[in-house]
Amino acid sequence: MNSNGQSPLASKDEVLVRIVNLKKWFPVQKSFFEQTLSMKSLHVRAVDGVSFELHRGEVLGLAGESGSGKTTIGRLVLRLLEPTEGQIFFDGIDITHLKGEELRKLRRRMQVVFQDPFASLNPRMKIGEQIAHPHSIHLKGTESERQAAVEEIMTQVGLTPARQIFDKYPHQLSGGMRQRAVLARALVTHPDLIVADEPIAMADVSVRALLLDLMVSLQRDLNLTYLFITHDLATAKYICDRIGILYLGRLAEVGDLRQVYRTPLHPYTQALLEAVPVPDPKFRRKAPMPKGEIPNPINPPPGCRFHPRCTFAQDICSVDVPELRELRSGHSVACHFAEQFL
Amino acid sequence: MSINEILYNIQDLSVEFHTRVGILGAVDHASLDIRRGEVLGLVGESGCGKSTLGKALMRMIEEPGKITSGKLLFDNIDILALDDSRMRELRGSRISMVFQDPMTSLNPVQRVVDHITEAIQVHQSYVTDKEARARAANLVDRLGISHDRLDDYPHHLSGGMRQRVMIGLALALRADLVIADEATTSLDVIVEAQFLDLLRELRNEFDLTILLITHNMGIVAELADRVAVMYAGRLVELAEVNQLFSNPKHPYTEGLLRAVPNIQLDEGELYKMAGSPPDLVRPPSGCRFHPRCPKVMEICSQVDPIFKSIAPNRMVNCWLYQEVPDEKLWVGGSTQ
Repeated sequence: MNSNGQSPLASKDEVLVRIVNLKKWFPVQKSFFEQTLSMKSLHVRAVDGVSFELHRGEVLGLAGESGSGKTTIGRLVLRLLEPTEGQIFFDGIDITHLKGEELRKLRRRMQVVFQDPFASLNPRMKIGEQIAHPHSIHLKGTESERQAAVEEIMTQVGLTPARQIFDKYPHQLSGGMRQRAVLARALVTHPDLIVADEPIAMADVSVRALLLDLMVSLQRDLNLTYLFITHDLATAKYICDRIGILYLGRLAEVGDLRQVYRTPLHPYTQALLEAVPVPDPKFRRKAPMPKGEIPNPINPPPGCRFHPRCTFAQDICSVDVPELRELRSGHSVACHFAEQFL
Repeated sequence: MSINEILYNIQDLSVEFHTRVGILGAVDHASLDIRRGEVLGLVGESGCGKSTLGKALMRMIEEPGKITSGKLLFDNIDILALDDSRMRELRGSRISMVFQDPMTSLNPVQRVVDHITEAIQVHQSYVTDKEARARAANLVDRLGISHDRLDDYPHHLSGGMRQRVMIGLALALRADLVIADEATTSLDVIVEAQFLDLLRELRNEFDLTILLITHNMGIVAELADRVAVMYAGRLVELAEVNQLFSNPKHPYTEGLLRAVPNIQLDEGELYKMAGSPPDLVRPPSGCRFHPRCPKVMEICSQVDPIFKSIAPNRMVNCWLYQEVPDEKLWVGGSTQ
């Protein structure tokens, strides 16, 4: 799917989003006792120096385990969170500190789809009204124009017959339909960027393929750009052009999805790909898993954050932080010894 | 011990929930054997009744649910005829359950060691405190948790460790049957793989029988010996794991397998199954899959197929594999 998911438009190289050394540290709440003694303040380093570019018309996946910082990056890009450090560029403009009216205007161009369609819809509001809502905030137009725009997008996402579904409430729709409504609401303002945070993780297998397919065709038809956040590497394969693997708030590896999957250059990516259970007993996993679990992001390991679990770790790995290096065209990795996997 | 010895014999089990909108048949006349020493996968999408079936095996269906038909024979004990105190003894000691969210299954104000020693001593009251603690220490070591964490509370542990403690409780009691209901669903993929490795080792070491309830076809492919597929409250297919994946018989199983993302396949689109699972208060007539089935025939909406054997170790609930009776016998006969 992703091979022909390449946008036909030659705008692939146009950078839509660029983040530079982005950091988000959340302070850990201190007790009164600790405050009085003015003990050193602690932070959860959810995102700790991430840089990447997102090109117009592409789907970039961000994958990693819980606590890897993938959701936080999505929120930072949307400017729902204030970054601790670093810069965010959207369509060439530095939006890191954008405020007020300018920020509001920007919001039309970037929308979000969350995991749980039930929680993202207002249970007391009609589906059609919810889809119309962002339109009325961001775009001018008469009531009938709005109605037409809403019906058009509803039809596009498969909420048909649109007139009938317009008046329904979320509880009257199936899970798959609800997620379509969330998509419609995100698309009604004609955004450039969709941040999709585990958008199909809640859907059942038989419904998931349809939603995934819908997202792919919408992306293609409307020339959308997705930041696709997921923990599921198998699903990512069917939608993403490129993928970034996050570990403890840093990018371990980023590159063309096929290249990364075929020749993962970071030992963590290798383990992650190996761990995905394959729905075919012919592929029962033989390779051992790395020991232990993702460490505490308050006090991440020095040097390479993966070194305590890495089978290839050497002395330098616990001292020097590996920088992201481009080892092949469009394929970068943050590992001191990645050359051995080329 | 022969793998063909039947540990749990489920006959014609039905579970209904009496809700405001009507009677919901969560499990509809399910018959299944669990063999001693096997890992039996039970797969299906949310709402198909797999968890309800699992709970029924421990007689843990709560109001407004009710077991309305069937017979449950665990090691030749008639489960539905047991009085409550005998049933309580059996739960935990012989049949153990591991749920999706271990945080809600563990007592937040009890240390890890207390959970395990309590489990040992409730069922083996002659074991001294010291001995129970020693056994607990051995056990957590075996589970890959350092025994200096014995005095930790559940919230100190990671999700993966909590699940290990849960399986440890089943081991401490030497349960014959472990029902793992979406036990790895809340775990990250590497931790999940570690947990599956542990289960694999433990089943060989302790001769465990595991009913693996999950929506994840990958987990089933990884661990199960046989697989039962459920759809809309009914068992639709049962097969040995390689058979099921290489040669699915029921159109639902076939669609499900083609709809699952597979990281090993290089090309190919996912199969898009039409429609969504039905409302079980008003299930479709005949075969419950017929409105979504690409191979639907006239009889499918009229008469229920039977879950029957089509080959050794192979059962299917589909008209494609059974003789369709003479049309006069069913047309108009059971459309209501």
